[in-house]
Amino acid sequence: MLVQAFAFYLFAGILVLSALMVITARNPVHSVLFLILGFFNSSGLFVLLGAEFIGMIMVIVYVGAVAVLFLFVVMMLDIDFANLRQGAMQYVPVGIIIGGILLFELVALYTSWHFAPDIAGNLDVPDSGFAEVTNTEALGLVLYTKYVAAFQLAGLILFVAMVGAIVLTHRVRPGVRRQKVSVQQARSPDDVLEIVKVAPKTGV
Amino acid sequence: MDNFARAFFLTEIVKGFLLTLKYMFFVPRVTINYPHEKGPISPRFRGEHALRRYPNGEERCIACKLCEAICPALAITIEAEPRDDGSRRTTRYDIDMTKCIYCGLCQEACPVDAIVEGPNFEFATETREELFYNKEKLLENGDRWEAQIAANLIANAPYR
Amino acid sequence: MDLIVSIWSDYWIVRTVVFTLITVVGLLIAVAYLTYAERKVMGAMQRRQGPMTVGPFGLLQPIADGVKLFSKETIIPSQAHRVVFLLAPMILFALSLVAWVVIPFDKGWVLANINVGVLYLFAISSMGVYGVIMAGWASNSRYAFLGALRSASQMVSYEVSMGLIIVCVLLTTGSLNLQEIVLAPRPFWIQAMLFPMFVVFLISILAETNRAPFDLPEGESEITGGFMVEYSAMAFALFFLGEYANMILMSAITVTLFLGGWLPPFGFEFLAFVPGIIWFALKTAMILFVFIWARATLPRFRYDQLMRLGWKVFLPLTLFWVVFVAGMLITFDALPK
Repeated sequence: MLVQAFAFYLFAGILVLSALMVITARNPVHSVLFLILGFFNSSGLFVLLGAEFIGMIMVIVYVGAVAVLFLFVVMMLDIDFANLRQGAMQYVPVGIIIGGILLFELVALYTSWHFAPDIAGNLDVPDSGFAEVTNTEALGLVLYTKYVAAFQLAGLILFVAMVGAIVLTHRVRPGVRRQKVSVQQARSPDDVLEIVKVAPKTGV
Repeated sequence: MDNFARAFFLTEIVKGFLLTLKYMFFVPRVTINYPHEKGPISPRFRGEHALRRYPNGEERCIACKLCEAICPALAITIEAEPRDDGSRRTTRYDIDMTKCIYCGLCQEACPVDAIVEGPNFEFATETREELFYNKEKLLENGDRWEAQIAANLIANAPYR
Repeated sequence: MDLIVSIWSDYWIVRTVVFTLITVVGLLIAVAYLTYAERKVMGAMQRRQGPMTVGPFGLLQPIADGVKLFSKETIIPSQAHRVVFLLAPMILFALSLVAWVVIPFDKGWVLANINVGVLYLFAISSMGVYGVIMAGWASNSRYAFLGALRSASQMVSYEVSMGLIIVCVLLTTGSLNLQEIVLAPRPFWIQAMLFPMFVVFLISILAETNRAPFDLPEGESEITGGFMVEYSAMAFALFFLGEYANMILMSAITVTLFLGGWLPPFGFEFLAFVPGIIWFALKTAMILFVFIWARATLPRFRYDQLMRLGWKVFLPLTLFWVVFVAGMLITFDALPK
């Protein structure tokens, strides 16, 4: 228990700190790196909760794929920090208003939060009903039965977004010579090479 | 169809892999373990210089200065005066090995086969000064490599 | 003596630390001799002798190399981002070590027998790209940056098809635990069905570990060493160790997923008297030989060819194969229960 408590405070502490650093770091690349540290620690928290599947997927998807692309974009940008900081003060009122609204909503949500009566009894036993299966299996059992429509729909939405991105950015340029790999591979020395024995002083 | 099968089953790549495997096991090595094994050297090899002696111990060089004259790199310096018995000998015979281009013209020019380029090529030094050879060093080289130099001269004689 | 025994049996943390140390030290020795084996094998394939000078047959060469690297000065470029610059090799090296906790060396010989072993491995290998990106960015050098970008896009691309291949394997075993994957019954027709995926997986791990013919991130002929160009001494040694430890790790994963881990080959029961760890090591060494063999045989890919292979050949192929394997398993009612 002591080890778990220690691990929890370690992960949670680093998570909060790195989340703070994400918004305070001066260099955007450092921000993204702290964001990755945050992802990593939150996945540690998931593992601590016994949700190892979600913890691992968190690392694979967010750290392994999303944040890489993030970092990619941020690294490529050539940002002039002095220019960026100059006009920042004029947005402070808007920022405060938005932040205030968010805070109000969170407080409102928290104070009016209550569990449905049929779930309230399960709160102490988070894995009730799934005691004997691993949580990968448990997730699969609900994801592919009860929520299969929502799952497929989410996949479809992502697919449409991907197709949309490709359609929007793809441009067809005329007159571009492309490499045709199949044609290149189909070439063999017999088709294009002829070895001729040339006698001296006769030419070909 | 044939091409498709070739691409799909990676025939060409497999062929390449088998070739390297063949080289690994069935083709002899071409390199040698240098400081312990050495490759063969031609009798005409032009390596480190040496001044030779006659079998009775008398030095061959008669200070004719032909080598000094022909040396295209001006690496040879000779001073000479008559010895007590009246024969003409060098008092100084220096070769600056940092200037020498190992062309072999000195040994071609020598009428008495005194200055020769021996088979030794491992005379690297740690300081530049060590490469300014004087008469003692050259004679010592001659004494050390005499057997091989003589054999090389005999082996090369039919072609001269 | 009794004290030692009681400490050994009472405190799991002592046992874990000792086993971890044994694994790490064994791994580092394996890495050292992998570099030696690479130079010897490549030498033989190119009709050379390889290292011969230090020790009999050059056997002490890796130690000499190590001593040389450790005794050199670590140079940090003045324009580099110091912290990130030094953090990058540490991350890469640490990641190549932590993945080993879930690899089963023999029946029960595993440091952490977790339920989601495959996912853990996949997560760790997908994080490896950060060491490279951070190195390339923090060096503040164009070559290093180009190398890092190449490496990042390459590793992300090939992880997609690797994930799908792993899904194929998981379909036939029905477990994410590596020990159960090894022990899952594998009839011949399932093995035959997985064989093409084994080949694709081999090629993908070449790309994933930045090895020839996919070593564009290093690409010494065009970008002079890529993301490692500014590194020297210890920092470089960590990259080097990390790269080779990753190769061994990937080979071990391949063995665990496709070649039956510590079990005797082809299910020959009469070979079972040989300890499982020996079979495991032999199989891993075999895959490592393929790594070196490929480096000695194939020329480097061009970058667009690399991307084409990853996205236009491997991705459709593996996607199709997932559906195919699932269909076959359902048709012949062979889904793991």
